[in-house]
Amino acid sequence: MALAPAITDLEQLKGHPAIAKLQSWNAASVEGAKFDRDEMTIYIERSAIREACSLLRSDPSCPFNYLSDVTAVDWYPSEPRFEVIYHLFSIAKKERVRLKVRLNGDSPVLESVTSVWPGANYFEREVFDLFGIRFNGHPYLRRLLMPEDWEGNPLRKDYPVEGYR
Amino acid sequence: MGHLAPLPALEAGQDNTMILNMGPQHPSTHGVLRVILEIDGENIVRIMPDIGFLHTGIEKTCEAKFYHQVVPLTDRIDYLCPLTNNLCYVLAVEKLLGLEIPPKAQWMRVLMNELTRINSHLVWLGTHAMDIGAMTVFLYCFREREDILRLFEAISGQRMMTSYFRIGGVALEPPLGFFDRVRDFANRFPSKIDQYENLLTGNPIWVMRTKGVAQISAEDAIALGASGPTLRGSGVDVDLRRDAPYSGYENFKFKVPVAKEGDVFARYMCRVQELRESIGIVKQALDGMPEGPIKADAPKVVLPDREKMKTQMEALIYHFKIVSEGFAVPEGEVYQAVESPRGEMGYYIVSDGTAKPYRVHMRSACLANMQTLPKMCEGRLLADVVAAIGSIDIVLGEIDR
Repeated sequence: MALAPAITDLEQLKGHPAIAKLQSWNAASVEGAKFDRDEMTIYIERSAIREACSLLRSDPSCPFNYLSDVTAVDWYPSEPRFEVIYHLFSIAKKERVRLKVRLNGDSPVLESVTSVWPGANYFEREVFDLFGIRFNGHPYLRRLLMPEDWEGNPLRKDYPVEGYR
Repeated sequence: MGHLAPLPALEAGQDNTMILNMGPQHPSTHGVLRVILEIDGENIVRIMPDIGFLHTGIEKTCEAKFYHQVVPLTDRIDYLCPLTNNLCYVLAVEKLLGLEIPPKAQWMRVLMNELTRINSHLVWLGTHAMDIGAMTVFLYCFREREDILRLFEAISGQRMMTSYFRIGGVALEPPLGFFDRVRDFANRFPSKIDQYENLLTGNPIWVMRTKGVAQISAEDAIALGASGPTLRGSGVDVDLRRDAPYSGYENFKFKVPVAKEGDVFARYMCRVQELRESIGIVKQALDGMPEGPIKADAPKVVLPDREKMKTQMEALIYHFKIVSEGFAVPEGEVYQAVESPRGEMGYYIVSDGTAKPYRVHMRSACLANMQTLPKMCEGRLLADVVAAIGSIDIVLGEIDR
C-alpha cells in the first residue's frame, strides 16, 4: 500500500497540455491543480468554466471532446461549500482530466456547459435536483429524478439519510 | 419526474398534433420509463423521456455505509450486469487504497465480467427482438442465460445479485469443476449465437424494422455523451477495455466491433459481435488462469479466511475490526470507468479519510445514452420508438439509481 503523495504545485504541473492551453488563454482561469493517483484535477475559476470547456473540447493537439460526467460534492459546513466536477475524456488520446469549480453555499450558481456538450443536459439537471446548484443558460433546468414538488435537495449533507418524516 | 402530467413544454402542441403518453408501465419501455410523445398522425414531432420512477437514493445510502457494505448496493443499480458494477466500485476503492490485486483474482474478475456481459446482452437481444415482434429469440436467449445464471449460482450462491467481487479480490475460490463447466458453456455457445443470427440477421422483417431506423451520427452521439454499442454503432471506435485497460484486460486479445451506419441494425450487429468476442475472452481467461491467492495481502482491508479465524488471534481481531468499524481509506478522490455492456460505467468516489465514503457517484451509461433518444426518433414513425428504445438497451435501475 504505497501511495505517492499528491502534487499540488501548479508550477510543476504546467506541462500538462490542458493546463498549458488554459493558462495561455487566461492565466486567471486556472486556480490550481492536483495530480493524485494518476488523475489530473484542474480547479477552474467559476466564471470561466464554459469557455474553458469549449477551449479544451476544440484543442487540436489533445481534444477533450467527450464529457463523461458532471457531478457535485457538498463540503458542508465548510466554505466554499460545493464543488462541481466535470470528467472529460479525449477519445483521440485516451486521456482523462477532471475540472472542478468551487462554489459558495449562499449562491451556488454557475454557467451551464450544455452549449458545449448537449449531453450535459441530464447531468446538470441531476445536480440541480439533488444539490440545488443552478446552471445559467440550461435549456430545461427542472428536477430529473425527484418529484416536481419535492422539498430540499437529498444529496446535500444537511439532508438526513433517512429523509424528513 | 413529472407526476404523470404532461410536461408544460409539451402542453402547447400545435392544433394538428396530439400528446401521447407511453409508459411508465408499457412493456416495451423495459421497466418504468415514461416517454411523452407529441405526434402528428403517425409521425413523431417531439419526444421527451421522463425518468425517476425507480429512484432509490443509492448514492445517499452509500454515504452512510462502510466501504465494504456498499458492494451489495452496487449490484442493485444495474440488475442485468451486477458484476460489472461490483468491479467498477471495487477498482475505485482499490485505487484509493493503492492496493495490489493478485493475478488470479484479476483473471477471475475478467472471466466473470465477460460472462456477465454475455448474460446482459442475451436479455437485451431477447427483449429487443420481442419488442419488434420476434418471439422465438427471447426463448432461445433465456435458455442460454439460464446456463450462465447457474454458473453464477455455483460460484457465489446467488443467481443475480452475486456480490462476488470484494475490495481486495474475489469472495471465494471457485468450486471444483467450475472451470470445466465454464469451458463447456464457452464451447457450446458460439453455435447458439449462430442460431440467433439465423433467426434475425437475414430475416427480411427484422431488416426492414431495423435498417436505416433511428439513425444517429457520430458527432451527435459524442456530443450527447453516448457510449458503448450506442457510440460504436455510429462508427466511433472506443472501448475502455482496450483504451484504458483495467483489471488485467491488457493481457487479452479481442476485437472491438464497430459499425458505421448508426442505426438500430448497426447497434444490433455490434452487440452480437461482442457476444463472440466475449466468448473469446472467456476462453483466454480459462486457458491462462494463473495459480495463487484470490485476495490481496492486506489484513486490515480483506476479511481473513474462515479457518485462520478459528486458529489465529490476529485474524480474529482483524475480522472483528473490519466487520464492526470498517477500515479507513486515505483521503482523496478517484474516477474509475469500466466498459459495461451498455457503455461507460464510472464510479467517482471521494474519501475524507474515514471508514465511510464521503461521496459515491455513479456515472450511468444509460442515462447519457437516453439523451440520444430524441435525436433518433424525431421525424420518424411511432413504431420506430420501440425499436429505438430497445436498441439503446436501457436499464432503469441504473438510470434512476
